[in-house]
Amino acid sequence: MSALPTNPDSFDDKPPPALGNIAALAAKIGVEAAGPAAADVDRNARFPVEAIDALRRERMLSVLVPQSLGGAGASIVEVAAAVEALGQHCASTAMVYAMHQIQVHCAVRHGDSAALQSYLRELTAGELLLASATTEIGIGGDVRSSGCALEVSGDRFHLEKQAPVISYGAYSDGILATARANAASPANDQVLALCRRGNTTLAEISGWDTLGFRGTCSLGYALAADGPADEVLTDPFADIAARTMLPTSHIVWSSVWLGIATAAVGSARQYIRATARKTPGSPPPGAVRLAELVTTLHEFRALVHGAARRYEERADDAAELNGMGFAIAMNSLKLSSSAFVIDIVTRAMSVIGISAYREDSPYSMSRLLRDAHGAPLMINNDRIAGHNAQMLLVHKGE
Amino acid sequence: MTDTIRQIISDEGRLAADISTLDDDANLYDAGLTSHASVNLMLALEDSFDIEFPDEMLRKQTFESVAAIRAALEELTAASLSQR
Repeated sequence: MSALPTNPDSFDDKPPPALGNIAALAAKIGVEAAGPAAADVDRNARFPVEAIDALRRERMLSVLVPQSLGGAGASIVEVAAAVEALGQHCASTAMVYAMHQIQVHCAVRHGDSAALQSYLRELTAGELLLASATTEIGIGGDVRSSGCALEVSGDRFHLEKQAPVISYGAYSDGILATARANAASPANDQVLALCRRGNTTLAEISGWDTLGFRGTCSLGYALAADGPADEVLTDPFADIAARTMLPTSHIVWSSVWLGIATAAVGSARQYIRATARKTPGSPPPGAVRLAELVTTLHEFRALVHGAARRYEERADDAAELNGMGFAIAMNSLKLSSSAFVIDIVTRAMSVIGISAYREDSPYSMSRLLRDAHGAPLMINNDRIAGHNAQMLLVHKGE
Repeated sequence: MTDTIRQIISDEGRLAADISTLDDDANLYDAGLTSHASVNLMLALEDSFDIEFPDEMLRKQTFESVAAIRAALEELTAASLSQR
C-alpha cells in the first residue's frame, strides 16, 4: 500500500479498557499526547502519530468490538464521550479516531460472517486502524451512489476506485470501500468491502492542504484492492448506511465539534478569570458575554449527548433506524452541531478579543476557528438539508 | 502569609466587622462575608498567591476563616512546588 511498515505489534496481552473509563482515558491521552502535538500537526498537516500510538497502546481503537471478540464492548455513548474529550485537545486526532470508529461500528454491526468475525478479532488484537473510501470521483459527494463495481471471481473480489479523499489512508491498516455489488448493479446497489493494507495499493491523485483538520491527511487516491469475497460486509450498504454509518457519523463528528467548542469556551473562561483577578469587584467587560456563551455550549452539549443516547436506545430497532424520522433527526443533528461550533468559537474569540485573534498568544483561536469551519462542509450542509427537505415532503411524524 | 490574607480580606471582604478584631478561627460569613464578596476574595487570593482554586475547593468551608484560607493556600502552594 505504501512504504510504511505494517503494524507488527500485538496488544492483546493488555486487557481492553474498562467500561466507564473510556472517556477518562481519552482525556488523559488528550492532555499527554494529542494536545502537546496539536500545533505541529496543524502547522505541518501531518498525521497525529503520537496520539494514535497512545490510543493503540491503551487499546482504545477496538473499544466498540464486543467483549466476545476481545474488545471492550463499549457503547456509542462512551465512544462519543471519548471523541469529545480528544476534540478538546486536537481536533485532527479526534476526527481520525471518530472516523475509525464509524468504520469499526459498521464492521461490528454488519459483519456477520465467520471471516469478518475473525477479522474483528484480528483488529482487536493488533489495534488496527480502519479508514474509509465512500466518495468517488465523478459521483460527487453522494455516498449512496457508486460508479465502481466489485469484480468477483470465485472466492475473491477485485476493486478499483478513484477516491477524492481517503482520510489517513496512508496510515491505515484497512479501508472499507463502497462499490456497486457487481458490474450489472445500478449505482445505488452498493456493498462495503474490506480492503486490507497488504492487498491494497494507493496511488496518490490529490493532496490535503486545507484550512483545518490538516492532520487527517485526507489525500485522494486511486485505490486497487483484492480480497476474499467473504470480507465484503454481509448487509447491503443501504442498510449499513441507514442503521449505522449515518447516525454514527453525525454523532461522532458532532462530538469532535463539541470538543472544539468546549476548548474555545475553556480558553475564554481562562482569559476572563485571569482578567478578573486583576480587578476583583468589577467583572471584566466580557464576563456577561462569557455567561451567555456557556449557556449556548450547554445547549450544544445537551443536543449531542441526547442524540447519542437516542441512537443507543434504538440501536437494535432496525425498523426505527431505517425510518425517515430517525434519518431526519440525525441529519438535523449535523446541521445544528456544525452551526453551533462556528457560533461558539467565534463568540469565544470576541470574549477574549485581540489575544484570540493573534497567532502568537496562548489564547489564540486560530486553529479552533479554522477547524470549526470544516463542520458545515464535510458532507455539505446544503446536501443534507436537501435530503431532509425531500423527506419532509412526505414524512408525517415530528 | 496570614498578614497578606488579612489584607486581602480587608480589601475585598466587605465585612461588617473590622478584620483586625477577628481571630484566625472566626467565621467570616458570620462577620458579613457575602457570596458575591467571597468571589472577589477568591480572585484576589488567586492573583496574589499565583494559584488557582480547583473546583473541589470552591466550597464555603474553604473560605470560612483566615485559618481555613491559609490551610487551603498551603495545600495549593505545596502541590505546585512538588510539580516543579
